[in-house]
Amino acid sequence: MSDAHHHPTEPSPVERRVQALEELLVEKGMVTPDFIDVVVETMSNDFGPMNGAKVVARAWVDPHYKARLLADGTPAIAELGFGGPEGDHIVVVENTPDVHNVVVCTLCSCYPWPVLGLPPNWYKSPPYRARMVREPRALLAEMGCPVPDAVEIRVWDSSAEIRYLVLPERPAGTDGASEDELAALVTRDAMIGVARP
Amino acid sequence: MTGAAALPRRNGELAFDAPWEGRVFGMAIGVVETLGLPWSAFQTHLIAAIADDPDRPYYESWLAALEALVADQGIASTHE
Repeated sequence: MSDAHHHPTEPSPVERRVQALEELLVEKGMVTPDFIDVVVETMSNDFGPMNGAKVVARAWVDPHYKARLLADGTPAIAELGFGGPEGDHIVVVENTPDVHNVVVCTLCSCYPWPVLGLPPNWYKSPPYRARMVREPRALLAEMGCPVPDAVEIRVWDSSAEIRYLVLPERPAGTDGASEDELAALVTRDAMIGVARP
Repeated sequence: MTGAAALPRRNGELAFDAPWEGRVFGMAIGVVETLGLPWSAFQTHLIAAIADDPDRPYYESWLAALEALVADQGIASTHE
């Protein structure tokens, strides 16, 4: 039935499908509305790059923590109280003067939720997913992150199990900074590998 | 590069562009958990849905994937 007049509150076809699916799943005991609310709230408030930034800052100030983090990401991240869905197998890859790491999920959108939250739209887009494995240096330059030719670029394609987090290089001139000050320098994009702090 | 726009977000930045995206996201988590499935059970459908229609908006592919998982698991027919 076509309707030329669109009311602001009229649900779109997709919204109607989602509503119908939720009603069905609730009826079948698969999920409760409260559970969905909690998930949404967790993704909105508890998971996010502010968590990853704390992990990075801790690694910058504490070489022993950094060693543990690079050896096995998930338990080291748990030391700071972060963990949960999509965080069971986190591998942290370290940027050095010779190596620049960048993360992509070529098939869908795999991403370390507990330390970065939900991925940005560009991370999920077909161009990013295809081009980052094919032409990483060019794409990074386009995204405002030029990497010198002498620096090796390692592209990590998230598999079914592993989620990657980039440990950026600590910026010069931050010797006296506190962990909180250091964390404030760490951006989401730097932890994906498309920016340098 | 620094700048306020690039700082890690705290509370307030939207995780979803629309409420329905959050609902379908939460539903997928819930279904997988209730059925005791590995996340890869949903992810396989998501990968297929994205491949099926690469230019479809991401969460619409997510919805299609969840509908496929639900049908697969015999929870409901698509014409119920």
